Order: sequence, then C-alpha cells, then structure tokens
Amino acid sequence: MASVIERDATTEAALPVETPFRRFVGDFVRSRVAVFGLALLCMILLIAVAAPWISPQNPYDLRQLDILDGRMPPGTASMSGYTFVLGSDDQGRDMLSGIFYGLRISLIVGVMSAAIALVAGSAVGLIAAYFGGRVDSLIMRVVDIQLSFPAILLALILLSILGQGMWKIILALVTVQWAYYARTVRGTALVERRKEYVEAARCLALSHARIVFRHLLPNCLPPLIVVGTVQVAHAIALEATLSFLGIGLPITEPSLGLLIANGFEYLLSGKYWISFFPGIALLLTIVSINLVGDQLRDVLNPRLQH
Amino acid sequence: MTVFIIRRLMQSAFVLLIMSLLVFVGVFAIGNPVDILIAADADQAERDRAIAALGLDLPLWEQYLVFLKNAAHGDLGKSFVFNQPALQLIVDRMPATLELAFSAMVIAILLGLPLGMYAGFQPHSRTARAIMAGSILGFSLPTFWVGLMMIMVFAVQLGWLPSTGRGATATVLGIKTSLATWDGLAHVLLPAINLALFKLSLVIRLSRAGMRENMLMDYVKFARAKGLSMRRVIFVHVLKNILIPIVTVLGLELGSVIAFSVVTESVFAWPGMGKLIIDSINRLDRPIIVAYLLITVTMFIVINLVVDVLYSVLDPRVRLAEAKA
Amino acid sequence: MTQAVPTLAVDDLKTVFETRAGAVKAVDGVSFTVTAGRVLGLVGESGSGKTVTGFSIMGLVDPPGRIASGHILFKGRDLVGLSEQEMRRLRGARIAMIFQDPMMTLNPVLRIETQMVETLQAHISIGQREAHERAREALGMVGIPSPEERLKAYPHQFSGGMRQRVAIAIALLHRPDLIIADEPTTALDVTIQGQILYEMQRVCRQIGTALIWITHDLSVVASLADEICVMYAGKIVEQGSVDMVLDRPAHPYTKGLIGSVPSRNRKGVPLAQIPGMTPSLLNLPTGCSFRLRCTRADAACVAPPEMTTLEAGRRVRCFHPVHEAAA
Repeated sequence: MASVIERDATTEAALPVETPFRRFVGDFVRSRVAVFGLALLCMILLIAVAAPWISPQNPYDLRQLDILDGRMPPGTASMSGYTFVLGSDDQGRDMLSGIFYGLRISLIVGVMSAAIALVAGSAVGLIAAYFGGRVDSLIMRVVDIQLSFPAILLALILLSILGQGMWKIILALVTVQWAYYARTVRGTALVERRKEYVEAARCLALSHARIVFRHLLPNCLPPLIVVGTVQVAHAIALEATLSFLGIGLPITEPSLGLLIANGFEYLLSGKYWISFFPGIALLLTIVSINLVGDQLRDVLNPRLQH
Repeated sequence: MTVFIIRRLMQSAFVLLIMSLLVFVGVFAIGNPVDILIAADADQAERDRAIAALGLDLPLWEQYLVFLKNAAHGDLGKSFVFNQPALQLIVDRMPATLELAFSAMVIAILLGLPLGMYAGFQPHSRTARAIMAGSILGFSLPTFWVGLMMIMVFAVQLGWLPSTGRGATATVLGIKTSLATWDGLAHVLLPAINLALFKLSLVIRLSRAGMRENMLMDYVKFARAKGLSMRRVIFVHVLKNILIPIVTVLGLELGSVIAFSVVTESVFAWPGMGKLIIDSINRLDRPIIVAYLLITVTMFIVINLVVDVLYSVLDPRVRLAEAKA
Repeated sequence: MTQAVPTLAVDDLKTVFETRAGAVKAVDGVSFTVTAGRVLGLVGESGSGKTVTGFSIMGLVDPPGRIASGHILFKGRDLVGLSEQEMRRLRGARIAMIFQDPMMTLNPVLRIETQMVETLQAHISIGQREAHERAREALGMVGIPSPEERLKAYPHQFSGGMRQRVAIAIALLHRPDLIIADEPTTALDVTIQGQILYEMQRVCRQIGTALIWITHDLSVVASLADEICVMYAGKIVEQGSVDMVLDRPAHPYTKGLIGSVPSRNRKGVPLAQIPGMTPSLLNLPTGCSFRLRCTRADAACVAPPEMTTLEAGRRVRCFHPVHEAAA
C-alpha cells in the first residue's frame, strides 16, 4: 500500500500534469466576472469578521448613540463630531457600522444554516441512494413533498410555531434546505452507485462506510458544492425577508433585513438611506455568492465541458 | 391516464391529511390565544365561557377531530379577531393574490422566454451577456428590498404609479379584479413586476440552458439538414423541447409565487391572502393560519396535479410510459 | 450531357475551427468527386475529418468552424459562399444527409408525420393531404410496415433500425441528387445494419442518387462503395476504386486499417495493429501526419507528402507507398 502511494507521489511530482484541482482553478479564473465575485465575497467576509474593529461606532452600545443624531442624511456630522458616511437611522445609529454588524449576523445565519443543512441533507441522501428500496422511496417521498412547498411558506409555518431567535431561524432554514442537498446527493450517488467501480468495491467486500465515504461521497462533491453555494445565498436572502416581515431575527440581533425594515416607514418621506444602503450590502453579498456559484456550476458541470 | 389521475388524487389526499395534522399540532403550540383574545381583567367565569366557545377546553386530539369534521364541511373555524369564518376571509382575499400571481407569471414568461432563448442562441453576444447579468441580478435582488426601491423611485420620486392597495376593481365573470380597470392595472403593475423578477430570471435561465443544450442536439442538425429554416427549427423543434421543462418548473413555481406574494403584498399593502396571513401570525389568529396553510397546501396539490397532466400532454414519451403503467 | 458534370466535385476543401488553443484544420485540402448512381466511401477513424467534410458540403459547419478555402461544386455550382437562404433550398431537397445515431436525429416531441411533412413543405408548396400521401409512400419505400399508422407515432415508439429507416425516408422525400450518410449503421445491430445497407443501395440505384458513405468500418465500404477515400488527420491519404484500394493498399495507414479488421481468411494470424493514437489536430507532427505511427517512415517524411497518382484513378499521399500484389 505504502509503495503505491509513494509511486503516485513521485509520478505527480515528476510530471507537471494538470491535477483536477489545478484545472479547476484554471477554469474558474477564466471568467473575469467570477473572479470579481470571488474578490468581492472575500472582502465582504473580511468586513463581517472584522466588524467590531473597523466600525466607526458600536451601533448597539446605547451610550454611543444620541437621539439628536437620528435620521441624518449621508455625510452629516454627528453631535460628537463624527461623520455619518451613509447617514444614520431613527435612533441616531451610524448606518455604516450598522451594516458591518448586520453583515456579520446575516452571514453567520446563512453559512451556519447552509452548512448544517449540507451535512444533514447529504447524510440522508447518501443513505437513500446506498440502501435504495423502501428506505429510498420513503426518504424521497418526504423530500419530494417538502420541495413541493415553497421555502418561504415552510419557514413561515416553522417560525410562527418556534418564535423568534437566531437559533430558531437557523433551525427553520435548515429544515427548509436539507431536502435540496438530499436530492442532489442521492441523484449523483445513484448514478455513481451503478458504475462498475462501486460494483468492484463491493466485490472486494469493502465496508459500507468505506464505499459511501471514500467512493460515493467524493463523486457527489461537485454538485454539492454548487448547490451549497447557491443555498448560502438563498439562506441569506430568506433570512433577510423573514426578518423584514417581522418573524425572523429579534430586534436584538439586527441583520440586514431588519435594518431595511427599520427604514421602510421613513422611505415614503424621502429618507431613503436607512433602507437603501443595507439593501445594497445585502445585494452585493448575494450577487458575489451567486457569481461564484454560477462559475462553479459551469466549471464543475461535465456536460458543458468540451 | 384516468388511473394515473386517481392514483395522484389519493396520494394528494393523504399528503393533505398529514399536512393538516402537522399544521394543526404545530400551530397549537404558537401560544395561548386566550391570553390575547380575552381582556386581562376578565374573571375566571368569563374566561371559561370564552374557552368553551372557542373549543379550547377539549383535548388536542379531540380538537383535531372536530376540526377535521368541520373542515370536511368547509368549516375551518372562525377567526378569533374578525369573528368571521376563516375560510370566508381567505376566499375573499384570494382573487387579489391570484391576480397578482397570475400577472407576475405572465410577465415572467412573456419577457423571460424570448430573452432566454436569445441568450442561448447567441451566447457570446454582448446582448446575451447583458441578459445573463440581468438574470443574476434578478436572482440576487431581495424581493422586498426591490419592492421598497420601486416604491421609492416610481411612487415617491417620480409619482408615476400608486404604491399601495389594489385600486379600482371591476367584476368580470363574477370575479372582482383589478385587471379590468386602468386604475387597477396601474396598481397591479409595480407589485406584479416585483413578484415576477425572481421567476423572470428563472425563465431566462431555463430557456437559455434549454436552448444551448438543444441547439447542440443531432435533431437540430438533422432538421436543418432537411432544409428547414432556422426560424422553424427554433420556434417549432427547439421551442417544443424546451417548453416541456419550463412549463413543468413554472407550474410548480406558481405555488411558490403565491407563497412569495406574502412579501410583495406586505410591501405594497396589497389586500390579499399573504398580507392576511402575516397579520394573523402576528395576532396569533389560529384558525386563519390553519385555514391559510390548508388552502395553500390544497392549491399546491392541485397545481402539481395539473402540471403533471400538462407535462404528459406535452411530452409524448411520458404519455406513453403512463399509458403502460 | 449531364454525364460530363459530376454530381459533386470537392476541390481542395479546408474547414477550420477557431479554438482558444489555435485554429484546428479539421479538413485540410480534401478533393474528390462523386457521380450520379455511384457510392463513395469516406473512411477514417473518429477525428479524421470525415464528418466535418460531410457538414461542409451541407453548409452546416457552425461557428467557431468555417470553410476557409476550396470549392464544393454541386452539379457545377459552387456551394462555398452561397447564402444561407440558397443553401437551405438545396439542403434536404437536392442534398440530403443521414446521421449516425437514429435515436438522436428525430425530434422526440414531434410526430413522424410532422417531421416528414415539414420537410416536404420546406421546399415545395404542397397541401397537407398530398404531403401525407408522399410521406406514407416514402415510409413504405424504406420497408416500414403499416406506414399509415406509423406516421402518427412518435420516434420513441420505433426501434433504432426503424428510426434510421424513417431518417432515410425523410432524406429520400425529395429524391435528392446526393445523399451524405454519416455512419448510419454504426449504432445498429449487425443484422439491422445489413438490411439498412441493402435498402440504401437499392433505393439509391433506383432513383440514381450519388451517395457519400462516411464510415470507419471497412467491411461496410467493401460491400457498398464503388470508390473509396481514406482520410487521416484531415487529409485524404489514399483514394481509388474499392477493389484496388482494399486489395492492394498503397498507403501504410490504409494497409494498417485493413490489417486490423478481423477476417476469417486469416484465422490464427494475430491481428495487425497500428501503433500509437490518432494525433490531436492541434498538435500534428510536421510533414506526414502519420509518420510517427508509420513503420515505413524515414527522414523524407518530415516534408509534407503530396498526393501522387499511382495509376489511373488511384492516388496516394506517401513517399513510400506499399507495392504489393493482391493478397
């Protein structure tokens, strides 16, 4: 076994062959738009992570807020001499800082829910594909039924039952999303399962777990990555929507959706910035993820490669 | 075909039963409506009377059975807030939602199909790139925020179109609709575009992908080798092939458009089912929530059934397989 | 008089595909002629340019591909440079094509009748009823039982062989002067293959159609074709009458091809094989494209060989042609 690995390593070192990964990177950077999306996404992630250190103000420290600074248009100086680059909201909160913190919350919710749903959904999908038969049809019936209901409706039901809260919305988003992963993984795994190498692995009497994790799962990864990327964007958008409707995150955890909802009532009197700028931040986040996801789809889709 | 439909109907009835149970049990857990509906200073006797009147003193399973029995008679309970039959309240608001959803779908298809087909036909042209960029944007734009911005630009800044409500309605074939008056149309335009944006992007992508995939197929080459004009190849041969997945997906999406109208209705204060459900969730008006969910679920089931039938009409391969089954 | 003009005369045809990695010469200076009632076998491995040659004649080379130079004289008229509209009038009417995979060539969602009637109506003004009649006749002609009913059917209700017959019937609708058949029997069972070959031959004789049969299968060519062109890496390396080429191959590649066909006469003798792989068109060796796989290659082969005439109607592109007596 060791010698085989060694030989593999030497041949790889000797030949400047394009490994799948290198080819993947090469294909990915071919689209300038996608690279731009990736750069934008990295920047947004960086801002979200560094929010407490780069925000001009801690928007949730009430001692730093002054009600007299409320609803200032972009560029106005605050009572304490600091400039509201993107204006301030009704409580005199700096919008820029609010957006930085809001990004953080939106991304945490989006990424966490997508990640949990990915793991849970893939596990279920693999079980369905690998065992087939009654297990498969039962699981897929549930998946089909669930997917026939729009995400927002399910989330609405769940949140109206669960109430508000970060973990509650993550739970709702996971419930809404797991089925996509399950279906994706099952579809790919079924195709793979029929291939001869799995047959061969079974003939070698490899364990279920080994076949599933070493053989089936890696082949399911490309579609899974694509679905996962898209789902993060969906999760973020859905969370924002639900928060906007007032049934998502509580006021104590002001995601971008809440910031936008907060500005709704001032919109009609022309104070656009309270809703406008958080929306732009939300938009940029989702666009950047979708751009990356789109290119991933093109690169990882064998049917479009020639 | 008949067997197929009957089998699907039975399956649907089963799903509906399960959903009703889930919804009922789930919604029961939302909170205690007694606390909200009965004045805080009411004495215990008053409370008991109210609880008995609302049927809240029975055990949960019994409440469910009563609910099921009543549901079979078209009685989904009375709204705690409006003190009107929940079904009636929802049915009253349904035309508003349906006309919004319908307008959005029409916009999505009429714009999306030609744009997507063009983008698939000339994938490297500048126009195609612009179309695709637009569709990415359409996918990424949060509907509610776009709605706000549309109100800001077209209603507040420019003052071209009204931002809230349904406008004047007229009765056509017994249905009150905004689509029959100019004022109504003006009111429906912004919300319908808002609701259509996401589906428009979807149609663009589906038709572009379908176009690209089908143009590479041998049957296209063969059709051209027969001497057919490009126009016939595209608008008869390819279109018929790409319509199948698009109709299927869109049919299924009709349900999601109705569900998503919750957002658009909230933004544009559109007096439909969606606004009602959001208001009801906030007021814990249980019968309305249950009734709304059941009605929506029923609608989905019907829609899915219709799509399946349509699908088999469009695709001869499915038709045959079903005939054999 | 018309005898003098061949149905098709391809002259120095070059078709290139612009790719990111450079221009690929899929067809690189191909010339041949076909006359009415004759069958030309265009033989080569996949990627040798035979299909692209067929598409070039049909005017169906899609971007990034294009005909770079050369002439395609169809009954004396040059097809290169014709407008799409003029090409469309010829396609399906005067020049028809049959494709390799009958499962893919018919539109799955249109009835056979629709697909046949539209072919008629694309070229002549004909009523629905009359078109229906002609479609039925055409199906009968290619040996499809109960054609009246089959017209109402969809492609997936036919077997592969029957679908190919439908495709042939469609190609024959306008009694074209030329049919290009691109490996029409490759995807079929052997027994069906034989039937289709027979039908094609019979029908073409009957209506005097010239036939270009594109294939990688020498045995098919042997039984069907009058003349043969062997293609390798976008060029014709050998051409002549079937008997001459197959019995006394002059190009080492042709000889290799023939040697690798299993035959009953040489039982027990190991099959010869051509070493190496078909080269990528992006990365052809200088000079003779075959030289790296050729046992006879030497220093001379680094220069590109020209087509040379061995005897009347017999040409080969090789510095060291094989001379041997009939096996």
